[in-house]
Amino acid sequence: MIISVENLSHRYKGRAALSGLSFQVAEGTVYGILGPNGGGKSTLFRILATMMAPAEGRAAIAGFDVERQPDQVRARIGVVFQSQSLDKKLRVEENLASQGHLYGLSGSVLKGRIDDALRRLGLTDRRRDLVETLSGGLRRRVEIAKALLHRPSVLLMDEPSTGLDPGARRELTEYVQELRNEQGVTVLLTTHLLDEAEHCDRLLLVHQGKRVAEGAPAELKARVGGDVVVLEVADPQAVRQRLVDRFGVAPQVRDGTLRVEIGNGHRFVTEVVEALPGAVQSIALHKPTLEDVFLDETGVGID
Amino acid sequence: MGRKFWLPVATLWRRELIRFWREKARILGFVGSPLVFWLVIGSGFGNLAFFFPGALTLTVMFSAVFSTMSLIEDRREGFLLSMLVSPAPRSAMVLGKVLGSSTLAWLQGLILLLFLPLAGLRPGLAGLLEAIAALYLISFTLTALGFLIAWRMESSQGFHAIINLVLVPLWMVSGALFSMSTAHGWMRWLMKINPLTYSLSALRQLLTRQVDPASPGVGESLLVTAICGGALWAAATFAARQKTGRSFA
Repeated sequence: MIISVENLSHRYKGRAALSGLSFQVAEGTVYGILGPNGGGKSTLFRILATMMAPAEGRAAIAGFDVERQPDQVRARIGVVFQSQSLDKKLRVEENLASQGHLYGLSGSVLKGRIDDALRRLGLTDRRRDLVETLSGGLRRRVEIAKALLHRPSVLLMDEPSTGLDPGARRELTEYVQELRNEQGVTVLLTTHLLDEAEHCDRLLLVHQGKRVAEGAPAELKARVGGDVVVLEVADPQAVRQRLVDRFGVAPQVRDGTLRVEIGNGHRFVTEVVEALPGAVQSIALHKPTLEDVFLDETGVGID
Repeated sequence: MGRKFWLPVATLWRRELIRFWREKARILGFVGSPLVFWLVIGSGFGNLAFFFPGALTLTVMFSAVFSTMSLIEDRREGFLLSMLVSPAPRSAMVLGKVLGSSTLAWLQGLILLLFLPLAGLRPGLAGLLEAIAALYLISFTLTALGFLIAWRMESSQGFHAIINLVLVPLWMVSGALFSMSTAHGWMRWLMKINPLTYSLSALRQLLTRQVDPASPGVGESLLVTAICGGALWAAATFAARQKTGRSFA
């Protein structure tokens, strides 16, 4: 296991950010930490990136303790921050060269690495551009090129697709997959976006600093079982009771809608519409999503 | 101290210079207000020569302190973030930043030195070179002080408060506005324990080529400045090495 987290807890001024979180990541996995903002993801990220010492528990990367052996950990991780870590007044290649120097790279080795990183991320024709003139998507690419310059075995990314347009997001996902397939890099990313989470090999769902569920996306969704039917009605409580009496289901009420998990959802939809004429304003059927998994376990949504 | 130390130091130092060159407006900003102060006060009192060393110290102080202020933003959103998670030693980060910012402060001091003839000061080549070297020492010390203040700051507002409440008053009682020989009682003592008095005294005596018996001598002044600089640098390195349980972001 290349990343191992045991019983990690942390508090800020009395408020628990992480409480007893444990998980393990196998080498060559794209591992997602999915949860709402403020759920402890960033705290976990900072601890793994050696920026902060945990109050309790331990975390290790490639066998090195993040708190006691930070230098060994730092040599093996690449970090992509949610906020920008580039120097806007410097050119793309100057940013990369500075980064290389921090890792003891110089001369022809560094030059080779920079050329290679720029090519891989399609930035070769941008190398002399000032970072402040680049779009958000390009900047994120430079951040990734920078984080990978010293060939880390683990890449940590905090909300990597924040602020990116759909095209740039797709590119990012493809690049992350490529990184794992071709170079065997383990990627750990935090996200609150369902589509980003779908592309991970495994996911850890966190809520209020605690583990909600863990597994491959398909596995997690299979736990919900069947279909999800969402009804929009004028009087959710009354309709809920009628559904319980009539169909023996257990609908959840949320934001004025009723949510029912059921096998054979298409048949249920027709029956409900016939049984409750006029009461249903809209009705929708979908296969379980990660949002449904999260709702089932916590009673609240991710967004 | 191998390349793993010196490469980060050099890259940080270079980065400050490149940034500075690309933001030339900043050069005018830091030299501008001390220059105006000097021309107004100096002309008003009819003594441009007397107020020149004070203006020089102010230029270096503003530049040193404001360019370390970027640390506050930089570690939240900027290049410093990458530095904090890299294996580069924290001592290299401190030295690189202090060398870079102090070089900028020094360069701005040199710009002000171009006005030396206007001040009517003729220190000669030897005196000028000594003053230039002393100016770097002062720049280094003030930058190390700026680093130490900025490192623990959460916001730049707090930083401004310290500049206005501590640094500007220190400068006022450093001999920039009135000489130690005209000061009385407690003010004299205040000036004696103010480290900036020594910086100013060294500059004034080197530039005027005159010994002021009421002020500390050049040798003593430079020694005090160097000791302060060394102590502040060590303190900044110590502070940057502290592990923290709080988040920076």
